[in-house]
Amino acid sequence: MEDSKKLEEFQAKIDAEIKIEPKDWMPEDYKKHLQRQISQHAHSEVIGMQPEGNWISRAPSLRAKVVLLAKIQDEAGHGQYLYSAAETLGKSRDEYIEELQSGKAKYSSIFNYPTLTWADMGAVGWLVDGAAIVNQVSLQRTSYGPYSRAMVRICKEESFHQRQGYEIMATMAKGTPEQKAMAQDALNRFWWPSIMMFGPHDSDSPNTGNAVKWKIKRETNDELRQKFIDKTVQQAEVIGLTIPDPDLKWNEARGHYDFGEMDWDEFWRVVKGNGPCNKQRLNHHKKAHQKGAWVREAAIAYAKKQKAKQLVA
Amino acid sequence: MSNTDNQGGVWEVFIQSKPGLPHKHAGSVHATDKEMALQNARDMYTRRQEGTCLWVVPLEAIVSSMPDDNDSFFDPSDDKIYRHPTHYVMPDGAKHI
Repeated sequence: MEDSKKLEEFQAKIDAEIKIEPKDWMPEDYKKHLQRQISQHAHSEVIGMQPEGNWISRAPSLRAKVVLLAKIQDEAGHGQYLYSAAETLGKSRDEYIEELQSGKAKYSSIFNYPTLTWADMGAVGWLVDGAAIVNQVSLQRTSYGPYSRAMVRICKEESFHQRQGYEIMATMAKGTPEQKAMAQDALNRFWWPSIMMFGPHDSDSPNTGNAVKWKIKRETNDELRQKFIDKTVQQAEVIGLTIPDPDLKWNEARGHYDFGEMDWDEFWRVVKGNGPCNKQRLNHHKKAHQKGAWVREAAIAYAKKQKAKQLVA
Repeated sequence: MSNTDNQGGVWEVFIQSKPGLPHKHAGSVHATDKEMALQNARDMYTRRQEGTCLWVVPLEAIVSSMPDDNDSFFDPSDDKIYRHPTHYVMPDGAKHI
């Protein structure tokens, strides 16, 4: 069967909402797009542990500490689910990690911002996880089976993350004037990077065309961003914080909030590696990976020994 | 990365969510031996009491049919509609059958 016939059948399956599974024929570009998207999603979960890990030893209470630990453990798990899905596309986990460490693969730029105060743990959970949820809920319907299943699993666990973040923000917002100011400051710093998590405008997003046609993405960057903003404005109002966007206002005709333009120069600067923490995040990942080398070595040696014993017995 | 520094092999993970239900595929983990595979699967897939039993199976032990061969592979069941209860004509008025 020639490729054009296969491609036609493939598109027919996508159009009929039949999921694509690892052993099915798929266009090379579909596979490449998925390898890139899923691994970058995985890297984001793993790198995302760092800005939060920063606060484990300084959490303000034991409750806050166990919650933060559980959340970070979830992020590790989410990274693993996603690497598992990415591996079904014929590339090993070691290769994906190599791509991250060499800078070939990206991760979400949001994690290149520092977490300066405890309120940032609130802003990260509320806004960063909130934005991630909007994206991930949509991706539950993605056309690639293993990715879709990983998203379903992740979404089940993610709402705790957003709620714990919002709880921190709400608590600080009704605390002392200093605490409220700290919460507002965290919102000010994380708002714009959070809404830029959805990526460039559809008109400037070269990958959107095929990704939508193949139903890898079910909604576009701008659609998802609008959804997130529409949800979040009311949540900010309830806790008495102000979203730092003077152009933000309800548009009755559209049935959506209008909002100001994002700073795309900053966006590209951070994507290209020149955000406040890019180097720190990657260096830490490499260091942790190298420090774990002896554990992997020992585990492999132990497994070999066990196998040899079995053969003798 | 060298051969001696890797994540271990892939093990597929199956979870039984409660007694009486079948084990269902959940995903995979990396491990160098079966105890590690089981512990990694527990840490990764049952952080919220999702299971009463876990299976881990080395990826290479799984034999799969190929979707490209589906037509010929599953063909033997195509023409045996008499295997379905709806194939049989029941007399009018018969109940509970």
